[in-house]
Amino acid sequence: MDELLFLQDEVVPALLKGLRVSILLIVPSAFFGLFIGILVGALRVYGSRPVVFAADIYVTLFRGIPLVVQLFIWYFGLPYLGIYLSPFTASIVGFSLCSGAYHSEYIRGALKSIKRGQMLAAQALGFSKFQMVVSVILPQGLRRALPGCGNEIIYLIKYSSLAYMVTCIELTGEAKILASHSFKYTEVYLAAGGFYLGLVSIAGWILHRLERRVAIPGFEHHRG
Amino acid sequence: MPEGIAAILNALPYLLQGSFVTIVVVIGAMALGLVMGVPFAVGQVYGGPIVRRVIGVYVWFFRGVPLLVLLFLFYFGLCSLLDINLSAFTVAIIVLGSISSAYQSQIFRGTILSLPEGQLKAARALGMSDTRAIVFVIIPQALRLSIPAWSNEYSIVLKDSAVTYALGVAEIMARTHFVATRTYQHLPLYLAAGVIYLLLTYLGVKALRMIESGTRIPGYTR
Repeated sequence: MDELLFLQDEVVPALLKGLRVSILLIVPSAFFGLFIGILVGALRVYGSRPVVFAADIYVTLFRGIPLVVQLFIWYFGLPYLGIYLSPFTASIVGFSLCSGAYHSEYIRGALKSIKRGQMLAAQALGFSKFQMVVSVILPQGLRRALPGCGNEIIYLIKYSSLAYMVTCIELTGEAKILASHSFKYTEVYLAAGGFYLGLVSIAGWILHRLERRVAIPGFEHHRG
Repeated sequence: MPEGIAAILNALPYLLQGSFVTIVVVIGAMALGLVMGVPFAVGQVYGGPIVRRVIGVYVWFFRGVPLLVLLFLFYFGLCSLLDINLSAFTVAIIVLGSISSAYQSQIFRGTILSLPEGQLKAARALGMSDTRAIVFVIIPQALRLSIPAWSNEYSIVLKDSAVTYALGVAEIMARTHFVATRTYQHLPLYLAAGVIYLLLTYLGVKALRMIESGTRIPGYTR
C-alpha cells in the first residue's frame, strides 16, 4: 500500500514535471531536425558539387560521433570559443543537428527513388529546377521518407534522455533526483521507463496514422 | 589553440586505453546480443503464439525504453534489489547487449523470412528434423545475409557505449571528460574523442565488410 501511495504522491507528479520538459525538448528538436533534414537531403541530391561535399561531411560527422559527445561539445566545448548555451538550448541544438543528419539520409534515399519521368515531365511543363524540387519531387519524396523519418523521431524521444547528462533536468533527470532521495531506484526507473514506453507508443501510433492519412491512393511505396 | 593540441597529445595514450575499454564493451554487447538475438528471432518466426508474444514484449520493452534509463534501472535498481554486486562495466555490457539483442532479433527475423521457403522443405525432404534444419540450413544462411545490417548495429552500439559513461565505465567518453575538467581544454578534447569514435566506426565497418566477403559461399548468389 505504501508503494502505491509513494507512486501516486511522489513519483507521478515528479515524472509529469519532467515529462513536460522532455516534450519541450522533443517537439522543437523534431521540427528543426526535420527541417534541416529536408534541406540537407535536397541539397545532397540536387546541389552543386561543393554543396554536396559539404553536406556529406556534415552528415558523416553528425552520424559518426556519439550524441553524448556532440552534446558535450555544445555544452562544455563552446564556452571555449566564448559561446555559452543553457543546458536546454544546448540539448535542442544537439538533438536537432544530429537528428537532421539522420533525416537527410532517409530523405536523400526517398528523393533518389522518385522516377526520372517525374522530373522530365516537370521540365517539359516549364518548371524551374527549384519549382520542380519543391512542388513535384519533395511532396512525393517526403511521403516515401515518412517511415524512416518516423523511426528517427522515435529514436529522438529515447535519446532525449541524454539531455540529463548536460544537466538539463527532464524526465530521466527528475527520476534520478527522486530515486536518489527515496532510494527506491527500481520503482522510480521502472515508472520512468513506462513513461518513455508510453511516449514512444503514442508517437508510433500518430506516425502510423499520419502515414496512412497522407498516402496518395495508387502511389503507395511498396515495401517488403 | 596550441594548448588544446598539447592537451590532446598528452591525453592521447590515456584516451586510447579508453578506446580499448570501449571496444571490449562493444564486442561483449554485440556477442551477447547475437547469442540472445538468434534464438529470439527463431522463436518469433517458428515459435508458437505464447513464445512469440513473450519475445514481442521483450523486444517492445528494450526498444522503447532509453538506454540511460535502463542503465540506471539495472545498475542502481535491480542490482541492489536482487542483492547482486556487479561492476558498472558488467552492467554496461548486459544492458547494451540486451538492447542489441532486441534489435538484432529483428534483423535476423527479417533475413530468416527472406530465405526461400524451399530451403526448409528441401531439408525436411532429406529427413532432417525441424530443429536440425533451422540450425544447419536456415541459420548459417541467415547470419551471412545479416552482416550488412549487423554493421549498422555495430555503429549504433559503439555510439551508445559512450552513454555508459553515466555509470562511470572508464571508456573514451569518461576519460575525455576527466581530462577536460582538469585541463579546461574541453572543445579540443571532445573533438578528439569524436575523431576516435569516427575511426572506430570506420575500422569496424571495414572489418565486417571483410568478414562478409570472407564468409560468402562461392557461386551462391540470390
